[in-house]
Amino acid sequence: MSTIALDRGMRHGFSLAWRGILKIRKNPEQLMDVTLAPIIFLVMFTYLFGGALAGSTDSYLQMLVPGIMVMNILQASMTAGVQMNTDVSKGVFDRFRSMPIARSAPLVGAVLADIVRYVVCIVVLLVVATIMGFRIQTGPVELLIAAGLTIAFGLCFCWASVFVGMLLKTPQAVQGMMFVLIMPLTFGSNVFVGTSTMPGWLKAWADISPVSLLSDALRGLLNGGAIAGPLTGSLIWMAGAVAVFFPLAMWAYRKRV
Amino acid sequence: MALAIRAEGLVKHYGETKALDGVDLEVPEGKVVGVLGPNGAGKTTAVRVLATLLRPDAGHATVHGHDVLKDPRAVRSLIGLTGQYASVDEDLSGTENLVLLARLLDHSRAGARAKAAELLERFELTDAAGRAAKTYSGGMRRRLDLAASLVGNPSVLYLDEPTTGLDPHARNEVWAVVRKLVANGVTVLLTTQYLEEADQLADSITVFDHGRVVAEGRPDELKRRVGGQTLQVRPTSMRDLDVVYRILGDLTGARPTRDDDTGLLTAPVNDPVLLSTLVRKLDEAGITADELALRLPSLDEVFLALTGKQTEGSLA
Repeated sequence: MSTIALDRGMRHGFSLAWRGILKIRKNPEQLMDVTLAPIIFLVMFTYLFGGALAGSTDSYLQMLVPGIMVMNILQASMTAGVQMNTDVSKGVFDRFRSMPIARSAPLVGAVLADIVRYVVCIVVLLVVATIMGFRIQTGPVELLIAAGLTIAFGLCFCWASVFVGMLLKTPQAVQGMMFVLIMPLTFGSNVFVGTSTMPGWLKAWADISPVSLLSDALRGLLNGGAIAGPLTGSLIWMAGAVAVFFPLAMWAYRKRV
Repeated sequence: MALAIRAEGLVKHYGETKALDGVDLEVPEGKVVGVLGPNGAGKTTAVRVLATLLRPDAGHATVHGHDVLKDPRAVRSLIGLTGQYASVDEDLSGTENLVLLARLLDHSRAGARAKAAELLERFELTDAAGRAAKTYSGGMRRRLDLAASLVGNPSVLYLDEPTTGLDPHARNEVWAVVRKLVANGVTVLLTTQYLEEADQLADSITVFDHGRVVAEGRPDELKRRVGGQTLQVRPTSMRDLDVVYRILGDLTGARPTRDDDTGLLTAPVNDPVLLSTLVRKLDEAGITADELALRLPSLDEVFLALTGKQTEGSLA
């Protein structure tokens, strides 16, 4: 693809992302899963498990917040598939496809618009966590890197959801499928508890799961501590997710539309 | 005459169903061709193939010489599409919808806003420009849909059942818009279930049934081809009925249908010249008639004859 074509493709992607953002602004209830849901998880797990697992809710909060960030960004990224599934059945999508724009532009637009949702998710989480007593032990630079890394993680893994969204027929089926995939992925990790008491097979997975590795990287960035190892692991997972799911999503999308 | 659209042998299967079963279609530049057929006849499938939205299983099609399969991008830059269902974003306002499409067609920010304003003005939607499309009435939405398909100044326009579900007033508005576009040289492929619509707008009509073309021609040609013409005559005085019956019978060589209540006599004819002969003979016999006409069958009758089916609801 030539540079000019790539440039046009990106511009069309941005135009369609603008459409996505307009739609969010007109239906703010679409933001429920990146506002209310993270707050509920944070409050519930902190006060439910904090005392039992870490002795106090305060010290548990420092460990939990980075993990909750990963969990919620993953969930937020999974709605991309549901959205695309709903969108392709609408008449307006036929119009986009009958226009001389890159066939991938609607996909790129949807994913770019998702960044807004990720940012909202992270801001809401950190504000509520701070009110509850969470304190960033490092500095603004580390905070920005942590936020950027989390958003990038969402952008990489959302292709899995787009893939499922293009394979399954109805938005409900996509939602159900993504729930089934995400639950074990988030709970089979070190987000809520350390992996040391887990049975061997589970510990083996939880130690190398992308959710655990990114949680550890974020803990390092926000609380101080080792960063290099978990960061490298996270980046490998992210690159792998894009390498596998982006082509699959594009293939399923082209087949679908 | 140069062809804007040429399709040959289009086939599309959906499992056991043959949506298109070898369709040929030619639309000359600047003309309106109406594709007429009942639900499920394959009209929409044909439009989707010609709009590069659907790959046919066999056959090929070109728009202004560009193959829909080999060069879809060139085709897309020439066409405008107005779907059976209003294909605008319901959440977005009229302006936002049109600005988005203009931006996707590489207008600058200012250019896109100007284009949107111009089209909203032209389709009398300026007052509703800021409202979400989902609050529009059926007619307004169809007008917005038409406006949306014109953002790229297409030379070929597909109108897939543009007035289905509209009230007569809104339908007339859409027809007026289509006539204006045609006057400006746009080629139109129109699908419709309404005979009246095809008759009103189309230069020629192609009748689809079960994925096949069952008839094509100018509206009057079609009417003539099927069912033929009839001579109708009603003498002023019922007393002349027997004489006129004989004259009509001799003239056409057929036995006229006779309605003794209304005094109307009807006979099939092959040669339109017989009308003037009948006038002369009645004159010679000193008989005056209240009604004397050479009648073509209605398109409803044409459709029934061609497909063996009644049309699904004519327009009120």
